[in-house]
Amino acid sequence: MNKQSSPPRWAQKMLAWFHPEDTLEEVEGDLEELYGYWYQRHGKTPAVLRYLFSVISVLPPFVRKRKHEKDYYTPSKFSPDMIRNYLKVALRNLIRNKTYSALNIGGLATGMAVAMMIGLWIYDELSFNKHHENYDRIAKVMQGATVNGDFGAGEYMPLPLATILKTDFAADFSHVVLSSWTQEHIIAHGEKKFTKKGNFMSPDAPEMFTLKMVRGSREGLKDVSTVLLSESVSQTLFGEDDPLGKIVKIDNKLNVKVTGVYEDLPYNSDFHEMTFIAPWDLYLLSEPWIKNNGGWENNSWQILAQISPASDFEAVSNKIRDLRRINVPETAYMKPVIFLQPMSRWHLYGEWDKSGNPEGRIQYVWLFGIIGVFVLLLACINFMNLSTARSEKRAKEVGIRKAVGSFRSQLISQFFSESLLMVAIAFVLSLVLVLAMLPLFNEVADKQLSFPWKEPLFWASGLSFSLLTGIVSGSYPAIYLSSFQAVKVLKGTFRAGRFASVPRQALVVMQFTVSVTLIIGTLVVFRQIQHAKNRPVGYERNGLITVGMNTPELFGVYNPLRGELLKTGAVVEMSTSSSPATRLGSQQIGFEWEGKDPAFKEQFGIVAISHDFGKTVGWQFLEGRDFSRSFSTDSSGVVINETAVKYMGLKDPVGKIIKWNGRPLKILGVIRDMVMSSPFSPVYQTVFIIDYGWAGVINLRLNPEMSSSESLSRVETVFRKFNPGSPFDYKFTDQQYALKFAAEERIGTLASVFAALAVFISCLGLFGLASFMAEQRTKEMGVRKVLGASVFNLWALLSKDFVMLVMIAFMIATPVAWYLLDNWLQKYEYRTGISWWIFILSGAGTLLITLLTVSFQSIKAALMNPVKSLRSE
Amino acid sequence: MKRTYLGEFEEMVLLMVAILDQEAYGVTVNQALEEHTGRIVAFGTVHNTLIRLEEKGFVNSKLGGATAERGGRRKRLFQVTALGSRTLQEMHELRQDLWQMVPPHTLRLSRL
Repeated sequence: MNKQSSPPRWAQKMLAWFHPEDTLEEVEGDLEELYGYWYQRHGKTPAVLRYLFSVISVLPPFVRKRKHEKDYYTPSKFSPDMIRNYLKVALRNLIRNKTYSALNIGGLATGMAVAMMIGLWIYDELSFNKHHENYDRIAKVMQGATVNGDFGAGEYMPLPLATILKTDFAADFSHVVLSSWTQEHIIAHGEKKFTKKGNFMSPDAPEMFTLKMVRGSREGLKDVSTVLLSESVSQTLFGEDDPLGKIVKIDNKLNVKVTGVYEDLPYNSDFHEMTFIAPWDLYLLSEPWIKNNGGWENNSWQILAQISPASDFEAVSNKIRDLRRINVPETAYMKPVIFLQPMSRWHLYGEWDKSGNPEGRIQYVWLFGIIGVFVLLLACINFMNLSTARSEKRAKEVGIRKAVGSFRSQLISQFFSESLLMVAIAFVLSLVLVLAMLPLFNEVADKQLSFPWKEPLFWASGLSFSLLTGIVSGSYPAIYLSSFQAVKVLKGTFRAGRFASVPRQALVVMQFTVSVTLIIGTLVVFRQIQHAKNRPVGYERNGLITVGMNTPELFGVYNPLRGELLKTGAVVEMSTSSSPATRLGSQQIGFEWEGKDPAFKEQFGIVAISHDFGKTVGWQFLEGRDFSRSFSTDSSGVVINETAVKYMGLKDPVGKIIKWNGRPLKILGVIRDMVMSSPFSPVYQTVFIIDYGWAGVINLRLNPEMSSSESLSRVETVFRKFNPGSPFDYKFTDQQYALKFAAEERIGTLASVFAALAVFISCLGLFGLASFMAEQRTKEMGVRKVLGASVFNLWALLSKDFVMLVMIAFMIATPVAWYLLDNWLQKYEYRTGISWWIFILSGAGTLLITLLTVSFQSIKAALMNPVKSLRSE
Repeated sequence: MKRTYLGEFEEMVLLMVAILDQEAYGVTVNQALEEHTGRIVAFGTVHNTLIRLEEKGFVNSKLGGATAERGGRRKRLFQVTALGSRTLQEMHELRQDLWQMVPPHTLRLSRL
């Protein structure tokens, strides 16, 4: 047919594009023939017009589709026979390649188990306190202030505020509850005495917390001399007996009646340590000093509140914002604010940075969430890599399936069902892993997570997540494998292109980037902990114990007690202090010194001690001397720390006078800084004064030549004599100090476990890839060997590629890790630097692991007898 | 009426297929319609009708007869089935019966 008489190209194309495939051939033919007919009869233009009109008439939606003829029986994609066949082939494949299957499923199961545990952890963190029914309406009253440009906020509140909230803002609050801190108290019934943690709270508390009462009622605290016990304390004190109406003695001085027993609060509640509640009025009775010191200046207690159903946190916060400024105008300079911290934010946003932005544990939730996602991603990458690497082996199968009539969609669904089968096995395996690892994980993470068998959310997310993993990780092999051309594959000319392995390599690089970043991160976290641990603490922790002074019997007996203790030979020194050496309990204002800038708003930590404190804890003097009983004037003396000297800007401090609330104190000596609060922050400016009446703990230095169990039993006899109503409870200072690292160490341990798992999963993948490579290049190795290559040559040849990939990964990971960790370290004021050797070390470590993994396969391949490898066909 | 309904245009197309004997396919049906009835029909209408007739079982089809003038593409050739020819005959008979019943003068009147 000549060119003149052919219809317009674009119309033909349009027809070919949109006309149903089944009838395309005949319609194209018919129209072309008709066009020729019209052309001859009517000429070009009418022919073209009629052609166009006809084309349009056979395009959707006008055209009728031809129904499929059942020329032959086409099994449905999801017919049971085919699915059975897919499963059978999948299982046979799994069994034939045991190593691959184990690597694949094992890696995926590990990844899923990690993700699940992290998921449980995050869920637990996010559901903190949710147990309380009024979760949405409960808040902590807090106050914040900006001193010398830095914002700080705290939950230590003054008493009058509670009264104002209760009376003036009655419409906004359903409950306002005053509370003491969850502290250790001695609780005794008859001969049974225990140290238990508990609070004194306003009678509204049980109602606000919606405690589940096992016995008695929530009204139990209305009378002064009452107590509500948690179920566990009731068990220890009374066993199975009914405790209602029984008398219990608190701190050996307060006789109270048990009026109720409540179910223990769950571990993920901020009050889980509170094992009994006594009425607030009882607290006021037992601490008579509060009567004269309970004003706005004394911020010592907690105020909890439940807002009324009609109001919201923000509105109420705005209303009460300026209460301190109104009631104590002289504090206006520090811009005090009073606000509500909703219960939903207690756990995760408990801190503020210096510019007043909330922060807290939420960053760890993010950190672990990201790690979890990455570990899972690594596992998926493994799965994809191993499957694609193996795909060439299954090319023949695909070819045959296509030749006997498989549609592409059938092949795709075959590979999806295969990957779903693997994921299903991995899921079951990961459940087993989680069950096995959960107790250990709980211990490391300080959690009480249980396996959520009955949680539909868990199953829904677990299954949908498996499905997603199966589809994501199966998609590449499914689509890639099914695109093979049957003819080429079966003729044997099929070769994956030169760049077929590029995506695989990119995935390996990604895996190792994540792994190296995690390794560097772990190293830096541990360095930071070690850095803080190595910090000079300024006193001797070992062999130092503290005993709380929580009963009246221990007051006013300083000298007899000291004498008796020293006489036992178990104790070499004894003293009292307002707070133990591991805690700075009190911060005060009202200091003046020579050369002080009147505008400077000072604040000092203050510790009241007895004369023997210095010798007990073993502090070190830079200048001057310790308190001494030989000088009676020493009782108005003061010892300050190094930081305090710098803080005040004093030169030659010894002998100078500082004034505290007008009372002159002479500086006797300057000690080396003692780390009393967080080992990660700078030492606070602190003054030590003599005050025998302001004592919170007894410090004992044990005799180093005696075993501690021996010493402790001798000390116990003395305490039994002086304080018969109380159990003998003591704390080792070095253990208390170690607790300061608990949070960081927990993060470090978890991070290192996850990093190890990430590396492990990556190595599994690498191992699989290496073995595949070695297998694929068997012939090449044989030829090279015959031509005289040494084992080393071959090993280098096979390992080179992987080493390259890891190097690239390392190069990407280094700046990423540096950036992230530098940010993290900024949080700590006392911090380590990120030294270059950390990067070198983790890089070298990864390289070593890579080489070990790859070498196993490459050496095996290099050692193979060339005769065998060349003969195999 | 028990048999499948056959529309007027469908009947025409079916008749054309019968007339064309072994040579009925899109082009010829289209041309025959034009030639014998004088109607200009869109190709799509013929195409759809043929498919519908086949679905109803009045015709069957097979592919064949590739010729150079259609760029080597095959035609879909249609043939009237037993059901198709019986239906056509029944319709024809019915019409004849009906014609018999028409009183002669009515038609004559209408002719005027």
